[in-house]
Amino acid sequence: MIAEIGHAALWLAAALAVLQLVAGALALRTPEGAAPSPYAMYARPAAAVQAFLAVIAFGALLYAFAITDLSVKLVATNSHSMKPFIYKLTGTWGNHEGSMLLWVAVLALSGGLLALAERRLPERTMSATLAVQGFVAIGFYIFLLWSSNPFERLPVPALEGVGLNPLLQDIGLAVHPPTLYVGYVGLSVAFSLAMGALITREVNPNFARVMRPWVLGAWVFLTLGITAGSYWAYYELGWGGWWFWDPVENASLMPWLAATALLHSVSVLAARDALRTWTIMLGVVAFSMSMLGTFLVRSGVLTSVHAFAVDPERGTLLLVLLALYIGGSLTIFAMRAGDIAEGKRFTATSREGALVFNNVMLSAILAIVLLGTLYPLLTEAFDVRVSVGPPYFNPAGAIFAIPMFLVMAVGPLLRWKDDSPARIQPELAVLGAIGLLIVAGVVFLGNYPLLPVLGLALAGALAIAALLPLRGRKLSRVPTATWGMVIAHFGVAVALFGMACEGAFTQEKLAAVAPGGSEEIAGWTVALESVDPVAGPNWTAIEARLAVSRDGSEPTMLDPQARNFWAPAQATSESALLTRWDGQLYAVIGDAAGIGPDGEQRWQLRLWWKPFVTFIWYGGMLIALGGIISIFGRVTVDVKQRKAARVRAERAEDEALLAGKAPLPEPAE
Amino acid sequence: MLRAAYFIPLVLFGLFAVLAGFMLTQPKDEFVESAMVGKPLPPFDLRAATGDRPGVSLAHFTDGEPKLLNIWASWCLPCIAEAPQLEALDEAGVEIIGVAIRDRPDAVAAFLARHGNPYSRIGADDLSEIQLEIGSSGVPETFVIDGEGIIRYQHIGDIRPDDVPMLLEKLEEARS
Repeated sequence: MIAEIGHAALWLAAALAVLQLVAGALALRTPEGAAPSPYAMYARPAAAVQAFLAVIAFGALLYAFAITDLSVKLVATNSHSMKPFIYKLTGTWGNHEGSMLLWVAVLALSGGLLALAERRLPERTMSATLAVQGFVAIGFYIFLLWSSNPFERLPVPALEGVGLNPLLQDIGLAVHPPTLYVGYVGLSVAFSLAMGALITREVNPNFARVMRPWVLGAWVFLTLGITAGSYWAYYELGWGGWWFWDPVENASLMPWLAATALLHSVSVLAARDALRTWTIMLGVVAFSMSMLGTFLVRSGVLTSVHAFAVDPERGTLLLVLLALYIGGSLTIFAMRAGDIAEGKRFTATSREGALVFNNVMLSAILAIVLLGTLYPLLTEAFDVRVSVGPPYFNPAGAIFAIPMFLVMAVGPLLRWKDDSPARIQPELAVLGAIGLLIVAGVVFLGNYPLLPVLGLALAGALAIAALLPLRGRKLSRVPTATWGMVIAHFGVAVALFGMACEGAFTQEKLAAVAPGGSEEIAGWTVALESVDPVAGPNWTAIEARLAVSRDGSEPTMLDPQARNFWAPAQATSESALLTRWDGQLYAVIGDAAGIGPDGEQRWQLRLWWKPFVTFIWYGGMLIALGGIISIFGRVTVDVKQRKAARVRAERAEDEALLAGKAPLPEPAE
Repeated sequence: MLRAAYFIPLVLFGLFAVLAGFMLTQPKDEFVESAMVGKPLPPFDLRAATGDRPGVSLAHFTDGEPKLLNIWASWCLPCIAEAPQLEALDEAGVEIIGVAIRDRPDAVAAFLARHGNPYSRIGADDLSEIQLEIGSSGVPETFVIDGEGIIRYQHIGDIRPDDVPMLLEKLEEARS
């Protein structure tokens, strides 16, 4: 019964999305300035009720998973009565249908929130925005109801579910995808707003202020999602790396790059009424990248290390949606962008100038990642299988990332509209000196690769530069949003420091060790005590017991495993990590490595000492924290301003009454 | 006002959509197959991995009968999982030739004593040389070799019960 309620709610929500689209679109037919169209009143309630219904549908599926209702096909194929309860719940979105339903529920929820809470935009713009939002939602409802119905029943209930794959029973994996989805959905709201403003020619600071919290929110979730995903790949894949330029990773990085550019562009539009077309374009691009990422990951057109259930038919449907949304919005952009009056002017050496420069750099990095991700698709069309990896992405990205970090250090010190470099000369000198000192120091210490050394210098200069906007100000009076910027920029420096340290100073050792033997790495002594087979519910493994100690201190035990799963057959490395404030020791046990001279079985042992590698993820968290603080600052300022405006308006009304200019209200009978 | 520059993103996206649409219609291999499928086995000669079975060389694959070549090791745990299926294939009259990777004679003997011995011959590949030459990257893997010593099929991972009929079918195909 519950599943049927969910299914019905989904159909009703889809119908309301159609109403939202039609009402919003019809409202646009009345000319500007005329009395509002009678249809306009339907769009907002449609969005709100649709949100309610979509949440009910998701709740129904959640319930089916919670009680392991094995008559529902999706539950039977993805869950198991013996799963821990928390993984039963997270299993709801650990599959294609459920994750699409979550997507739609979050989309409808944010559409409802927008419809109910947003009163600042002109009603026509709001109608257009809600129509676009409805249009986006319809596509996903069709996708769900036609090709991926999550509520499908089995003719005969299954006796037991098949999904007990412990690979998917991982809390990181349970939280990571929804985080990214929320980010993607936030970008879709920004997209709807951008299209609404473009269609009704309302691209102005007022619109930018409405759009900004959505972009910021989406960006915070994307940042968290990427940070978590990177750490997951780091400890789960057992290759010692934290970023592999894999298509699935790139699929989450590209929307983030676009959102970062959009975030800065929308701030310029809000503050200075400049960069109008840029902001609209980035709004379209950011959403396109999230759709494109979903398409690449789900359709299976690209091969990835991250296994996903892929289905070419779904891929075709997603491609059609992609063509409708992106093709449609880019067509409207091409037709309308010329109509948007150019915004305010500024010079190259102004804060806008720096932001534009960095937006171009971010877009260039985005283009490089996009090209590298799609290139294998292009060559495969000509029957050549290639894999594009770090040798392409790292240097090509760095060409644009290095100037971007330099400008990022300086930009916040510049004034809006126009400034002279001479005014900030002392700061420039200090930052330059810090950078040069670090380069000199590192080069003196040893011979390290170029990019990590530059990264260290930039990280040092950026860390100082990030704090400079606070200089000479009373800290208690610094606006909350500025604190957000300072923390986020400082987070970038922290993450960059972690990446550069990992790149420059990592020590690696691959050795064949027999139990009883030991290895030395970076001041650590790693003794292999024993290697034993262990077994889990559907895997077997060899587990090494390692006693590790640094400089003769009390040893800590680490147990890395090499696991072999039976269903599906797959070998994974369970790395063992030891975290210290100045880095991580990363141990992986490999295959048997033959017999030693004394007749002992030897094992491949791979060890890494990664100084300050954890700073990469601390930096990511700081960046997200900066975003959260910034949202909080913007929203409180906005609420205060609105309240002040209302009080002013009431006072003016009262004064008008007192002066006898307006008719007195008649007493109620 | 229409400006050509504003159409550039649309054109780029159009190119992508055409490419992606084309690629979706292309058949896609689930596994990265060994490039050796369809090619003959390289010449090799392996010493016996254990006392009670002879070693293996290329000549043993060219007697006109299709066979299974099973890459395994006594230290490999999924190999224990697939032992009953190899036993079943052996009982179905299939000749299975084993290659033990990086193994010791006493460990091989102990494994066979415990989990059964479906092999007619077992060669010892101490450096994974043959394994790499025939395009296998892990243990266990099972190859269908036809009567002329040509690799016809590669099965990656352990053989599960429902793989047994499939392998028998592949062997039958290799006969033709």
